Amino acid sequence: MHWIILPVVLPAMVAPLIGFVMRWDITLARSASVATTILLVGISIGLAVMASGGETFLYKLGNWPAPFGIVLVLDRLSALMVLLTTVLALIVLIHAIATGWDNRGRHFHALFQFQLMGICGAFLTGDVFNLFVFFEVLLIASYGLMIHSGGKDRMRAGLQYVVMNLAGSTLFLFALGTLYASTGTLNIADLAERIPQIPPEEAALVRVAAILLMIVFAVKAALFPVQFWLPATYANAPAPVAALFAIMTKVGAYAILRVHTTAFGPGIPGTEGLAGTWLFPAAIVTIAIGAIGVLGARRLMPLIGFSVVGSMGTLLVAVAAFSPTATSAALYYMVHSTFAAACLFLIADLVVSRRSADRLIPEPATVQNGLFAALFFAAAIAMAGMPPLSGFLGKLLVLDAMREPGVMGWAWSAILIGSLLTILGFARAGSTLFWKSTAMTPEADNSGLEDVAPPNHATALQVAPSMLALAVLAALAAFAGPVSAYLEDTSAQLFDRDGYVAAVLEQPEEG
Amino acid sequence: MEIIVASSVGILTAGGVYLILRLRTFPVILGLALLSYAVNVFLFASGRLAIDQSPILSKYGEATYTDPLPQALVLTAIVISFGMTAVLVMIGLGAFLEADSDKIDIEAEDDSKEVQP
Repeated sequence: MHWIILPVVLPAMVAPLIGFVMRWDITLARSASVATTILLVGISIGLAVMASGGETFLYKLGNWPAPFGIVLVLDRLSALMVLLTTVLALIVLIHAIATGWDNRGRHFHALFQFQLMGICGAFLTGDVFNLFVFFEVLLIASYGLMIHSGGKDRMRAGLQYVVMNLAGSTLFLFALGTLYASTGTLNIADLAERIPQIPPEEAALVRVAAILLMIVFAVKAALFPVQFWLPATYANAPAPVAALFAIMTKVGAYAILRVHTTAFGPGIPGTEGLAGTWLFPAAIVTIAIGAIGVLGARRLMPLIGFSVVGSMGTLLVAVAAFSPTATSAALYYMVHSTFAAACLFLIADLVVSRRSADRLIPEPATVQNGLFAALFFAAAIAMAGMPPLSGFLGKLLVLDAMREPGVMGWAWSAILIGSLLTILGFARAGSTLFWKSTAMTPEADNSGLEDVAPPNHATALQVAPSMLALAVLAALAAFAGPVSAYLEDTSAQLFDRDGYVAAVLEQPEEG
Repeated sequence: MEIIVASSVGILTAGGVYLILRLRTFPVILGLALLSYAVNVFLFASGRLAIDQSPILSKYGEATYTDPLPQALVLTAIVISFGMTAVLVMIGLGAFLEADSDKIDIEAEDDSKEVQP
């Protein structure tokens, strides 16, 4: 049963090795990093198979029983998130190596592995304070990755990102202190057992803690009104890092799902309906901000950043319903939007690295214009939610889950109008980048900047990661039936609070 | 004692928030440090305030004890915030040296002229 801790321990052991032993040898660091990530994919597939039976597995650190020691909990949801992380990490890592991004600064691979450790740990832990610690691990690695290879704009955007998240961490601690003072525990299962016993008129402090925690997770998930850091960060981060950050917003969404469903969720007198009431309008505004941002962006990277904001809004609209149907729709959309956003960033990197900047202005067509245009088109329709890729099905599932009167009108109009604006924004960007560029005569080139770099063709390895991400999206659409059946089981398990509490707290002693 | 602890948490937080809103690197670092002090004291108080009590169970029975968990949480929080402050100082220094400005706000870039080629 030690498999559960491997996604945390393996990168934690490899990262210092890469950082200290292999720091001068990029080839060695690359092979170690790729080998570890492939191993992690294998382990997480194993964990997903293990969890698919519906059992909740427990890993007691130091073999201390649950409410006293820290536990890692593996159920379908955490197995799914770990699998999503490792597959995405492998795709991003191949891209970073093929395009040479990892060699433009120091310690890319060490930080990358620490980042994986933090993300996997955050998905696996069953303790809110431990969640805070893993948040800090993934954040401190992300600070390093964010400013990887340096530069004026990147350093300044990185500083903003760090300050934002440090303030968020402080708020997280305030929330945890309030929660501990009012319940006397920080174990999620123990919280789920104790909070229902608090009568509603005495639950004011618990409600404060629940809302504080939601604000903290909303900062990670880029929810209105704390979404403003995301476009600047994603636009200035190195493109492969921005693609990896596609999972970071999902950490926030996962934490809301896990904590606010299990500990403060439906059926608990003190906190019932609290999270959904605030989450829903905020998510609607987030969709609007994302769509307007996509339409108004003048550079390609912020445009994709705003489309990520919009997709987080759609995701959190479904999360805010806190019902099993809506949650399984949210999970499908979460898997989809992670790969769609990552894919867009990787393709944008291929395009932007062959242009003078990422401004959306016509420039002479680059080599392989057709190939990049086709890739961008495919990823853009996935992100905007058009058939045949999984974005369409994801949005359809979310819309289908939002049928309650009073919710339906807002959710449907926000998602549908938001999608339309996103399509318009991407269509404008794509036609400027690829069509107007082909219409330009080569003579116009002389008026602009001198063409310094000779035309460099994208190698097969450089295009492969984006293709792979698109293939995942296509597979997600093709196998939507089995996938959504699995996700329905996942959300049923998430809403089975008693089962979770029993599995964590009443585990029989075993050697 | 409650009033002293509560008001010190409040004053530290207020000072921290004010300094963060200055949006210049050095005040922001100080502000975040003040905020983390505030949260450390706050975490201590979350285990109930007690004087002259050890955080371990006494084997002689009657002696009362104070909750040890908040102390462990505070220790973790101190270590993390200390490390984070060091990282922030380095990144802030790097950003200052690169951009020659210690403002944290990034002013909107004027790219209107480049839209029409």
